Amino acid sequence: MTGAIEFEVNGNAVSVAVAPTTPLLYVLRNDLGLRGTRHGCGEGDCGACTVLLDGRPITACNTQVEAAAGHQVETIEALGETQPPHPLVDAVLAEQAGQCGYCLPGILMRAKALLAQGGAPSREQIAAALDDHLCRCGAHNRIIQAIATAASGGGA
Amino acid sequence: MIDIASSPSLDDNPNCADWFDLSYEGKVTLRTAKVEIGQGILTALVQIAADEMDIHPDRFEVLSGHTRLGPLEAQTASSLSLEVTGRAIRLAASALRHLLASEAATLLQAVPDDVAFVDGTVHVGGRETPLTSWTLAQTVDLNVPVMAHTAPKAMTERCVVGTSLPRQDLPAKAVTAAFIQDLSLDGMMHGRVLQPPSLSARITHFDGEAMESRFPNVQIVQNGSFLGVIAAREDVAIRAIAAADQCTTWDAGATVAADLVEAIGTTEAAEEVVLHKADSPNDSGAAIDPTIGATLSMQTRRTYIAHASIAPSCAVATWRDGELEVYSHTQAPHGLRDALGIVFGIDPVKHITVIHTPGAGTYGHSGQDDVALDAALLARTVPGSPVRVLWSRADDFAAAPLGAAMVVCAQATLDANGRMAAFSIVSNSQPHARRPGQDGAAGMTAAERLEPPFAAHCCDDVPLVRGGGAERNATPLYAIPNIRVAKRIVKDLPVRTSAFRGLGAPANVFTLEALMDDAAAYAGVDPIAYRLDHLEDERAKAVIERAAAMAGWPGRESDDEALGVGFAQYKNRSAYSAVIVRVRLDETIRVTHAWAAVDAGEIINPDGLHNQVEGGIIQATSLTLKEAVTFDGDRITTHGWSDYPILKFSEVPQIAVELIDQSHLPPLGAGETSVAPTVAAIGNAVCRALGARICTLPITRDAIVAAIG
Ligand code: FES
Ligand code: FES
Repeated sequence: MTGAIEFEVNGNAVSVAVAPTTPLLYVLRNDLGLRGTRHGCGEGDCGACTVLLDGRPITACNTQVEAAAGHQVETIEALGETQPPHPLVDAVLAEQAGQCGYCLPGILMRAKALLAQGGAPSREQIAAALDDHLCRCGAHNRIIQAIATAASGGGA
Repeated sequence: MIDIASSPSLDDNPNCADWFDLSYEGKVTLRTAKVEIGQGILTALVQIAADEMDIHPDRFEVLSGHTRLGPLEAQTASSLSLEVTGRAIRLAASALRHLLASEAATLLQAVPDDVAFVDGTVHVGGRETPLTSWTLAQTVDLNVPVMAHTAPKAMTERCVVGTSLPRQDLPAKAVTAAFIQDLSLDGMMHGRVLQPPSLSARITHFDGEAMESRFPNVQIVQNGSFLGVIAAREDVAIRAIAAADQCTTWDAGATVAADLVEAIGTTEAAEEVVLHKADSPNDSGAAIDPTIGATLSMQTRRTYIAHASIAPSCAVATWRDGELEVYSHTQAPHGLRDALGIVFGIDPVKHITVIHTPGAGTYGHSGQDDVALDAALLARTVPGSPVRVLWSRADDFAAAPLGAAMVVCAQATLDANGRMAAFSIVSNSQPHARRPGQDGAAGMTAAERLEPPFAAHCCDDVPLVRGGGAERNATPLYAIPNIRVAKRIVKDLPVRTSAFRGLGAPANVFTLEALMDDAAAYAGVDPIAYRLDHLEDERAKAVIERAAAMAGWPGRESDDEALGVGFAQYKNRSAYSAVIVRVRLDETIRVTHAWAAVDAGEIINPDGLHNQVEGGIIQATSLTLKEAVTFDGDRITTHGWSDYPILKFSEVPQIAVELIDQSHLPPLGAGETSVAPTVAAIGNAVCRALGARICTLPITRDAIVAAIG
C-alpha cells in the first residue's frame, strides 16, 4: 500500500489510504460512505455504477481509484442530495420513471453528461446514449421521456 | 354489516391492531408482510387505507415484511397482493375508522353518522372538533376483530384510490442508498461465498494453508462443501474468494442429458390431467371426428430463463446470543424465517427475525433466500458482527433458481366451419415453485452442501387451484366445447427452477395463441375476428377490440413487417390483457411498437398500473427475442451480461397502453398481466412477417435460420 490518494468528490477534497488498485466503486461506497452509486455487475457491463470523472461518464466498478487521483469525481449525491434537486431528478420523479429504481443513479449520471453537451437530444439519441445501461424492470421509455423533458428545460 | 367477504390475510391477523398503529401523533403505521419489488404495491395499499380512514396518504408509513413486528401473510407473488392484502387493508382501515367514529360520537354526544374525519381530525356537522384519530386511538381498543366492525365505503366515496399518487418509495431509490445492497450496519463485515460449478458438484480438496498465508486477516469458513470468507473490507473479500476458488477442487457432479430442454420434451414423467371439459359427460373430448374438419398441432420450446436482476442477491445477517437477525430482499419473509429455523435447528418464531429491505427488481424467486442462508452461516462464526454477503454477477446466474424450461404440445380440432371444437394441451416442465420452507424442506442451496447435508428440495408443481405452475394459462378462455389440459412435471434434472414472472403462462399462451392464429388462417378468418368469435367473456372481448382499435388492426402488411396479437386473462382469473405488436425483420428482429389494452378491475393507481404493463411488455420482449441460460451438462455457462443480453434502450418498442376502467369491480393483480400476451403477440407477428411459424423461444435470428433454412 502506498500513501494516501487524493481527489475531489462532489466538490470536496478527499484523501483515502487504500491500495491504488482498489476499484473506485468500493472507495466511494465503503470508504467515503457515498452509497448512492450502485454495484450492479462489478464488471463494467451494466452501467449501474456510473459516475463522472472530470465530467466524463465512467464505470466506477472497473476503474481503479488511482485513476481518480488529482481529478474530480461526481456522484449521484451531487444530483440528489442538493436543494433543490437537479432537474433530472425532478423529471424522473415526475415521469415516475422507474420500478425498482436500482438502475437510476447510474443513468442519471450518464444523462447529466449528455445534457452537458447542450442541445435537445432526440429520443433516439438519448436511447443510444443509454445503451451501456441496463434496466431489467422495463422503465426505459419513461426514463428516455424524463431525460428529454429535463433536456428541454421542462421540469416537474 | 352483511355480505362483506373477508380476505385470507385476515385469517391470521383478524384484528385492527394487527394492521395499523396510531400511537404517533399525526402518523399511521400500516403493517403488511407484502414487500415492494418495484411494483408500487406499498403506495397502492396506502391509497386504499387513506381512503377508508380519511387520512392523507403522506401521513402513512409502511412497515413491510418484518417477521417480528408485522402480520404473517403469504409471500408477495402471483399478482395477489392487491386482491388479498389490498382487501384486508380496506376492511381493517374501515373497521378502524368505524371504531374511532363511534368513540367520537359517544364523547361528543353526536350521531355516528354525523362524525366525519378530515385528514384525521374529527368534524361533527361540518364543524372541526379537538378530537383526532390519534387522540381517539389512545382510548379505543383496536385489538378487536376487523370483520365485526368493517363497512367499507362505496366506490363513489373513494377519492385517493383511482388517482395516480406518486410512488412513495421512488425518490429515495432514485438517488440514495435505499437498497439492501447499500445497508451498512455498525461493525459490519463483508462475506463472500464460493458457489459450486454445478448444483451437484462437491469439494474434493481445499488448500486452506495456501489461503491463510495469502490472506492472514481473512476468516475462512468451511462446512462440507460450503466455503466462504469474511473480511473487514469488501474489496479484500472479493479478492479472497477469487483466491479460494483457485485453492478448491470440485468433483464432476452429476451426469446429465446433453440437451436439458430435449430431456423435458421427451420425459417419461406421468401425465397429470388438470382439467377436462367435454361437451357431453360421456365425451372424452378427443372423440371429435377429425375428418369433418382439420387437426392442427404445435410443439413449442422455451429455454431456461434467469431473473437477471440488475443487482445480484444480497443479505446481512447477525447472530447475537443465539438470536438470528437477517435483512433480506426475500419475497417471503416468514417462509425464509421458518426455513432458516430448519437449517439451524432453532424455533424460528422465538429466535429468528427477518426484516425485508428492498433489492433491485426480481420477478419471482431469485437467489434472495439462498444468499440469506449464506450470510447466516458466515455470521454464525463471528457472533455479534453483522455479515453482509453479496453474490457476484456470475454467482447470480449460476446459483439462483431459474425460470423453468418448458416443452408444450397442443392440438386443436376444427369443425367443418373452421371453429375450434376441441383443444388439448400438455405442458412438460420442471416445477415452478420451490420456495424455502415449502414441504418442510430448507430449500436453500447452501443447506445441501453442509455436512451433513440437508436433502435436495424437490417439490410438486403449483396446483391449478393456486393458479397452476406448468399449466398456468394453458386453459384457453375461448369457448371451446372440449378442452383437455395436462402437465408432466420433470423432477429428475439437476437444475433448480422456481417461480419466474408468469410461471408457465408465457410458454402456454405463446403456444395457445399461436394455435389460434393458425386455426384462424386455416378457417380463412382474421385472427382478431376469430378470437372474438370464440369468446363469451365480454371483458375479454373488450380488451381485444380496444387493442385492435389502438393498433389500427390489421395494419399495413409489408414483406418484413407485420402485426401480431396475443391475449390472456392472467391465471384465467386475474387481469385481462390484449397486446398487439409490430415486428420488423431485417438484420435483426425488432419489436417497434406495442399496443396494450388492460382490464384490471378497479384501478387503484392508474399510472402505477400503466408502469407495470409497460414494464411487462418490455421484459417480455426481451425474454422473447434474447434470453436463454446456457449449459454444459449441468454447469451453467452463462456468467455475465455479455452471455445473457437483455433488451437495450435503443431496442425498446414504442408502447401505448389503455386501461379499461371497471371501478365497480374488485381490483385484479396486474404485475404479470402483459407478459404472456406480449410473448404470444411477438410469436404471431414474426409468423405473419416471415410466413413461417417459429416454435422456439427465444426467437433469435439463429432460430429463424434453423426453422426456414
Ligand atoms: S457495476 Fe459497474 S458496470 Fe455494472
Ligand atoms: S427500474 Fe429496475 S432496473 Fe431499472
